[in-house]
Amino acid sequence: MKIAVPRGALFVETLDLLDALGIDTSEVRSNDRKLVFPDVGIVTMRPSDVPTYVEHGAADIGITGKDVLLENVGREVYELLDLGYGYCRMVVAERDGSNAMEESLRRLGAVRLATKYPRIAAAHFADTGRQVEIVEVKGSVEIAPLTGLVDGIVDLTATGTTLAENNLVEREQICECSARLIANPVAHKLKATEIDDLIARIRGLGR
Amino acid sequence: MIHPIPPGTRDVLPDEMRELRALTETLRARFEAAGYGEISTPTMEYEEVLRRGDERAAGAGYRLFDEHGQVLVLRSDMTIPIARVVATRYEHEEPPFRLCYFGNAYREVDRRSGQAHEFLQTGIELIGQPEPQGDAEVAALVIEALSDAGLSRHRLGLGDGSLYRTLLAELEVPEDERRPLLEALSRRDLVGVERRVDQLGLASSASDLLTRLPTLRGGPEVLELGRDEPVSPAVENLRACYELLAERGVADRVIFDLGLVRELGYYTGAVFEIYDPAVGFAIGGGGRYDDLLGRFGRSLPACGVALDVQRVHIALTAEEKEGS
Repeated sequence: MKIAVPRGALFVETLDLLDALGIDTSEVRSNDRKLVFPDVGIVTMRPSDVPTYVEHGAADIGITGKDVLLENVGREVYELLDLGYGYCRMVVAERDGSNAMEESLRRLGAVRLATKYPRIAAAHFADTGRQVEIVEVKGSVEIAPLTGLVDGIVDLTATGTTLAENNLVEREQICECSARLIANPVAHKLKATEIDDLIARIRGLGR
Repeated sequence: MIHPIPPGTRDVLPDEMRELRALTETLRARFEAAGYGEISTPTMEYEEVLRRGDERAAGAGYRLFDEHGQVLVLRSDMTIPIARVVATRYEHEEPPFRLCYFGNAYREVDRRSGQAHEFLQTGIELIGQPEPQGDAEVAALVIEALSDAGLSRHRLGLGDGSLYRTLLAELEVPEDERRPLLEALSRRDLVGVERRVDQLGLASSASDLLTRLPTLRGGPEVLELGRDEPVSPAVENLRACYELLAERGVADRVIFDLGLVRELGYYTGAVFEIYDPAVGFAIGGGGRYDDLLGRFGRSLPACGVALDVQRVHIALTAEEKEGS
């Protein structure tokens, strides 16, 4: 089986999991530049690319965050297992001491938000009956309210440290996220035994 | 000079066209030999016609207005128009009707996904033949046609589109909990299914069944698990199909899949998906639609399957490459 492994925040714990399943990841750990490891069936990539590779069958299974899956809703992949690690929360935050979001909603009719997760943000505000203007940014979203670009942000937080360092406070929680095991729908049928065996072994690890 | 074409469409030049033509001729020969006459329906339909068959108009992505302001769609489905034709043109004739088609269909897809918006579809429809005979005939014929075309690794996933809904009703899951569970299942979100089932507070055997059913797939042994359960009529039909497919010598191609769900709303019984290891998406799909013809005024049981010809071509090319 070909496995799509996310680099970044979930990388080390994903490799630990694969080690525990008896897949030797030492080469992956020791090689920062190399991305494809055919001997052990691993391809490494950005977490947000994992659903793309898995949907198209370029990887049979993959590991990525629930945040990525929510942002990529409509991708045809099976979400098989909550792996438990990589826990974090999707939140709405604004500058400490400010009520810019509420003020904007009351006086201007819409909240202005910056985020790397436009679909999640739009769905959350639509579900709560508030109009929103979403500004999509690619980098450090925390600076957006500090520069006056927006009233608030929608972002992931694990410990809250980055928010606090930028003088931001959480106002609402949208959802909780953690690492998920996903599979290509065709592989899920044609490689059912291997996939079910893998799931059983992961469940057996008691994670 | 470069002149653009709309996203998700493409030009087919002679090298590819020759191969596609050879492929479709092979499929057509097998369908015709089995008594499936080819028909052609308009590329455009009234939107109302598609909505009569499926509440989301079968995912139609392209709409236009005619000179009277009527909404037209570029067809996103071939089965609904064929139901229309049979109800209109074969109103008094004796079923069953065996029909096949080859034509372009159009669908709405996320532009980022790299999937075609216009795609060449072929399929067969067997109208007037109930389960399990009709299901088995259609499944066997598509398997054989793909073998004729040169595939050797294809598999047909066989499930029942109403299985999970029936199970939810039989286990007396509250009405307002059923829809979110069915939606999670159709999103293939098995983590979500498990969470929601856990929260229902059912007896552990019922919880276990609801969580496990979507993951049950494999050989005929899968059907043993459904015995004595509330879903046994559907499972009995799958078992009967299996026996008919075994008689035709294609049973080894079948993967039973109790979690299989198809997007379209008109399926009432058996559902199919066709897979090839070289292609990450299903190369075809279909199922039984016993209510659809009735919506057009001539109630008849029916079953059909469609193939995405370009995906079949990709599978063939991959197999040839690996074989050489």
